[in-house]
Amino acid sequence: MEQAPSPAQEQPGAAVPHLPEPPRLTNMLNPLAEPMLPEPYRVLKRIRETGDTFTLTLAPVQGEQGFHFAPGQFNMLYVFGVGEVPISISGDPDRPEKLVHTVRAVGAVSRAICGLEKGDVLGVRGPFGTPWPVAKAPGQDVLVIAGGLGLAPLRPAVYHLLARRAEYGNLELIYGARTPEDMVYRRELERWRGRFDFRVHVTVDTALGDWLGNVGVVPNLISRARFDPVQTMALICGPGVMMRFTVQELLNRGLKMENIYLSMERNMKCGLGLCGHCQLGPFFVCKDGPVFPYDRLRDWFLMREV
Amino acid sequence: METLEPVLAAHPFLQGLDPRHLKVIGECASRVDFKAGQFLFRGQEEATQFFLINQGQVALEIFSARRGPIIIQSLREGDAVGWLWFPKPYHWHYDARAISLSRATALDVKGLMQRCEQDHLLGYEMMKRYAHLLAVQFRVTILQLVDIYGK
Amino acid sequence: MLAAAINIGDEMVLEPQVLQQMLEALSSQGYQPVGPVLRQGSLVYDRLSSLKDLPRGWGDLQEGGAFRLKRREDGAYFGFGVGQQSWKQFLYPPRQRLWQARQEGSGLQILPPAEDEPPFAFIGVHPCDLQAIAVQDRVFLEGPFVDPHYRARREKAFILAVNCGHACGTGFCVSMGTGPQATRGFDLSLTEVLTDREHYFVAAIGTERGRELISRLSLKKAGVAEREAAVQVVARAARQLGRTLDTTEIKALLYRNYENPRWDQVAARCLTCGNCALVCPTCFCHTIEDSSDLTGEQAERWRRWDVCYTVDFSYLHGGSVRATPRSRYRQWLTHKLATWMDQFGVLGCVGCGRCITWCPVAIDITEEVRAIRESELTAAPAAKE
Repeated sequence: MEQAPSPAQEQPGAAVPHLPEPPRLTNMLNPLAEPMLPEPYRVLKRIRETGDTFTLTLAPVQGEQGFHFAPGQFNMLYVFGVGEVPISISGDPDRPEKLVHTVRAVGAVSRAICGLEKGDVLGVRGPFGTPWPVAKAPGQDVLVIAGGLGLAPLRPAVYHLLARRAEYGNLELIYGARTPEDMVYRRELERWRGRFDFRVHVTVDTALGDWLGNVGVVPNLISRARFDPVQTMALICGPGVMMRFTVQELLNRGLKMENIYLSMERNMKCGLGLCGHCQLGPFFVCKDGPVFPYDRLRDWFLMREV
Repeated sequence: METLEPVLAAHPFLQGLDPRHLKVIGECASRVDFKAGQFLFRGQEEATQFFLINQGQVALEIFSARRGPIIIQSLREGDAVGWLWFPKPYHWHYDARAISLSRATALDVKGLMQRCEQDHLLGYEMMKRYAHLLAVQFRVTILQLVDIYGK
Repeated sequence: MLAAAINIGDEMVLEPQVLQQMLEALSSQGYQPVGPVLRQGSLVYDRLSSLKDLPRGWGDLQEGGAFRLKRREDGAYFGFGVGQQSWKQFLYPPRQRLWQARQEGSGLQILPPAEDEPPFAFIGVHPCDLQAIAVQDRVFLEGPFVDPHYRARREKAFILAVNCGHACGTGFCVSMGTGPQATRGFDLSLTEVLTDREHYFVAAIGTERGRELISRLSLKKAGVAEREAAVQVVARAARQLGRTLDTTEIKALLYRNYENPRWDQVAARCLTCGNCALVCPTCFCHTIEDSSDLTGEQAERWRRWDVCYTVDFSYLHGGSVRATPRSRYRQWLTHKLATWMDQFGVLGCVGCGRCITWCPVAIDITEEVRAIRESELTAAPAAKE
């Protein structure tokens, strides 16, 4: 049976129907139902970080298997009957026996998570998403640049790097927050500052008179960091404006776009790349991200309302 | 008289200046030390000096009746603060308080402006640096204003 | 006498009454036939219990923003285009419970649902919709996470395609390479040949499942004249199509036109009602809804179709990423014809025309693409001597 060929048929990627007997399914790597079903986890510990931010330590209700993840990945956390939200994993990837999440109460579900107490149970699905490329860091200088709650998805990367410190050149952390009261992981930051092999620069937007630290913005602290721009990997997470200015400053100083990594955020409902909500141009932030190299992300990052 | 030129030459704000110009600037320069807690200047005072911070940490702060002093920016070694090129003496908008023992080089604004007027090449070099300082300052300020960490 | 061996790829000829036998054979195998029926003046897809349920003697008139049923004099069984529904409502239902959960003390128990739908037999799938199913296969079955609910229904579904005998009012399948002839993706396909003197179907066998069904009926292979008649039927439909969409390098075209003023123009008309996304046979966006009952002991998670036209769709604490209607219309169209290609290796549009018919203000995707393409020609500096 003939039909005049249309231009669409000649093109690569033109519509190619699949045989339905049975459908030729590929990538059936994951067990069918589990990525959609939350696993129950119990709250072991709850620490208040700031007025509206809490860190929860979780353990599985059943089993001792630990939670393996790569730094930069996230879970979907479910509160019974309330809803589910994506939250970065902020614990130590080398210590999977404890699952740690830092959550800020900004909506109904996150507020409910922050209200959970020791012994309460929530549902966990994951881990999802692309990780920080720490495996590519050996031999390079590494700049970890965090703004606000952006330190939470970066903390696992810091743990990983510190545990293998000798493999890297300069290792520096730049952390910006709104005020000293809005800083997370304060005690840990102080401990890190005490190390001789890890420079930590902290700044806040404003502070009251008794603050002895720096007041200013993250991009302006980059001039104080020591790094060889040609051999530096930068890992950045924070509010969009902060990331934009930070990237610009790093590029001004000679870093290569493919060595700058950002963690992006979008509305997520499924975490599986199926519901469409987290799209950023052609990318699904939940499965093509959240960590992206800047050279890949750049055109979409600079565009508005995509 | 002790020459300040090496100290001036080492400060990033004056980096790349011809030694001739450094000498001229040196004529308006003097060294100043501040103990922790001491003020470099206070709001409403005339801004008669331009400061190059050589060491230590200085907080720029604005006093609020309700909340006490609010720190809006930190200055450290390598930073500079001051108002130049105003037709009449300008005034500080905020206080500057040394957080720790700090050393600075203070340039007399009137004298500096006179010398820039006499030597336009010097004036141009200073203007370039001053413009850059203001631009960097502006970026800090707009980022702070935008309150990027807000909910 | 033994019939000659019947193979995949063979074409058989059958009288219309044989369709009734097919339906019965499918039902006896446990399938639930679903197909086009008329309900309260609408053309929908619903259960078919017999051949009489098909809207024989009815056709449709479709244009931008308009759908009307019209009477046909010729008694064709499949003399109409596509209605507002597509087959995705069976494979990927508008509302579906994903699981239930119980809270006991401080424990949490998740109960996945049993898959309880019988296998469907889709009767009368137009070639554009066949491609739409193939596109959704890529979305739901070929990513890092497979959708088990879609897969369960898809594996079991029997597909009886129908080639188009007349051009539908708003479709542009020829431009998209998806019709009016079904070439792959069906168990069986039918072409209805209807003249003053004859009325029969030419059936092509696509798969073993289709071959097995055909072998239960005593059918002859289609002869040269019958096959030729079927070819002419489809060729006529192709000729009569009123719309085209030039897909030449369409991804690149749209990628460089995200700031084209045309978006402002269409945004002034678009109501962001989302009809186009709901009727589109490839749109797959959905939202997840968690709820609990009044006692607080039992919770459920449902999945519900969603559209990227709502302000909430892209909501992130503090505001929506796509706050303006302009950005939301742009999202839908550029997803369909550009980013979809990067995501799934095919275009999301199959040329069915539904979005044009069911848009209340008759926005026409082919017109929008044409306008953007032409704006590049007029923008080029005119080097006239």
